[in-house]
Amino acid sequence: MTVMDRDAVSPDGDNPAERFGVVAKRRGAHDERIASANWLTRLLRRPESGAAGGLIAALVIFAFLPGAAALYSLQGSMTFLTLSAELGIIATAAALLIIAGEFDLSVGSMMGFAGVVIGLTVRELGFPLWGGVASAFAVAIVVGWFNGLIVVKTRLPSFIVTLASLFILRGLSIGITRSVTGRTSIPYILQDVPDPFTATIFNGHVLGGFFQWMGEQGWIAVRSDGAPFVPGIPMSIVWCIGVAIVAAWVLTNTRFGNWIYASGGDATVARNVGVPVARVKIILFIGTACSATLLACIQVMEAGSADTLRGTLKEFEAIIAAVIGGVLLTGGYGTVIGAILGALIFGFVQMGIFYTGIDTDWFKVFLGAMILIAVLVNNYIRAKALGERTSG
Amino acid sequence: MSAVPAIELRGVSKHFGSVIALREIDMKVYPGEVHCLLGDNGAGKSTLIKILSGVYQPTTGEILVEGVPVRFRSPRDAAEYGVATVFQDLGMIPLMSIARNFFLGREPLKGFFPFTRLDKEKANAVSRQAMADIGIDIRDPTQAVGTLSGGERQSVAIARAIHFGAKVLILDEPTSALGVHQAAMVLKFVIEARLRGLAVIFISHNIHHAYPVGDVFTLLNRGRRTGTYPKSAITRDEVVTIMSGGEDLKAVEAEIDALLASINAGDAARPTA
Repeated sequence: MTVMDRDAVSPDGDNPAERFGVVAKRRGAHDERIASANWLTRLLRRPESGAAGGLIAALVIFAFLPGAAALYSLQGSMTFLTLSAELGIIATAAALLIIAGEFDLSVGSMMGFAGVVIGLTVRELGFPLWGGVASAFAVAIVVGWFNGLIVVKTRLPSFIVTLASLFILRGLSIGITRSVTGRTSIPYILQDVPDPFTATIFNGHVLGGFFQWMGEQGWIAVRSDGAPFVPGIPMSIVWCIGVAIVAAWVLTNTRFGNWIYASGGDATVARNVGVPVARVKIILFIGTACSATLLACIQVMEAGSADTLRGTLKEFEAIIAAVIGGVLLTGGYGTVIGAILGALIFGFVQMGIFYTGIDTDWFKVFLGAMILIAVLVNNYIRAKALGERTSG
Repeated sequence: MSAVPAIELRGVSKHFGSVIALREIDMKVYPGEVHCLLGDNGAGKSTLIKILSGVYQPTTGEILVEGVPVRFRSPRDAAEYGVATVFQDLGMIPLMSIARNFFLGREPLKGFFPFTRLDKEKANAVSRQAMADIGIDIRDPTQAVGTLSGGERQSVAIARAIHFGAKVLILDEPTSALGVHQAAMVLKFVIEARLRGLAVIFISHNIHHAYPVGDVFTLLNRGRRTGTYPKSAITRDEVVTIMSGGEDLKAVEAEIDALLASINAGDAARPTA
């Protein structure tokens, strides 16, 4: 195979390299030093393999705990899947940014701020719902652009820059809301809006007919009025799947994705070969701000209200999900599938602890342990990916 | 030797504040020639390389590529003019695959907007072929560059430069971090590049690597060019002497001799048991 390829280069043997014996040295054989990696090794070398194993382990362990039946029921599953999907939306955007070598700690505050923008524009300025949503995304683009611009211009660590944004955005949310409404939350956002349909884009369900039909067949639990307990697949799951598919495709199949890996792998090298590192990072900061806004829309439509404290600590959950999913904190390595698996573990264990009656205080202990284990596993897998040069 | 140099420096100086890193450097490098740039630490080699590769702009003087004056605003800019630089350790992203590194910044694309995507098959096939062309058999272009040895990484960078039509190849200390075998491998690629008609600028402070492959030697000392010699006009020992500042080395040798003499004298004086 390799010999044929080489012959294709120089059918007449006039390759100047051959005069120097460079080719001849290995002619007729594969490079014997590169051991063939079988499919299992290749699978284990993937960055998300640790998270996949962790999820399977969690699914098995919780099955043996009391209360597992409720957790694994359609309703229980849908609950943890919804929780995971909401986290998955911001974890996906966070993963892309971390792979590009930066952090965004303002994601949670951005969620609160976006909710406030929707609430105030709709309730105080009389915007239609879609106008409120559009305003929130416009604000998110500005916030993300600003975060990114400061990071790339000052070359300060994004950790510090977005830590500042975390406090500024949260302070603005509370300050503006209280000075305008005198309270810290904005209720009744969905009341009397001209376009209630907009809310269903974020808050509705899909496949309602199918679930109704399954209820009629007696396959899934129904209420006394015949409507199934689970009316369909929540839009948050649909959004999460959509965001993840687009992000995964961009990351692995496009030039921009190649630039994301390069920016996080080594920004100087990337810049030297012409990758617009600054532009890549700014776009990804806009991405995290917009993902926070999408999640804010889902939560506002669900609750019908905006709260200035919404999204608190979500930035850490997003980063944790990405890291559990095998995204390297130092950048340059990771996958979207990994971030989604991380979000699934997060959601599943959070609900699992709730359903199985374990004191929920323990969730935080679990979380801390998971982060530590995930980082250790990631380092190990990275060493594997680099071919484990020290051992045979 | 063709009449027009592939790259030429005319009176190039570089000042950093009050420090004059390079003073009035003139240099011509012709196609098919390996031009070695030699000098001790602080001689100005790295500054000169950074000017040639577009990282720095000269304070005064001009750069000509194939006889035409140019200005490099960035390494990317220099690459557009066919001046490719293989930096000592910068230049490859270890966690990315060989093929992705090979095409970084010049990705082959296919499909129509908004589904424009990387042509991975092409990237894999071409990078593999380009490596085979210079005599490296890469079985799996999707393996991470970090799995390659130092010499192999340099070879990917050289293959990339050749593939994308570089006229001038600058190698900054390509062998300094390598073992004997690996260094020999890289030196073969230097010759390979020369045979393809590239002008090669080879920076080293290891004369044993530079002398065998070099055609022309330019010596730098404290920011000045102290001389340019074709191989026929200078011996290896002369290069070593000039590189180390001549006088310094003699002084060091004398000092060491004196030290050894005193130690030997001490041993001789010591009564044996």
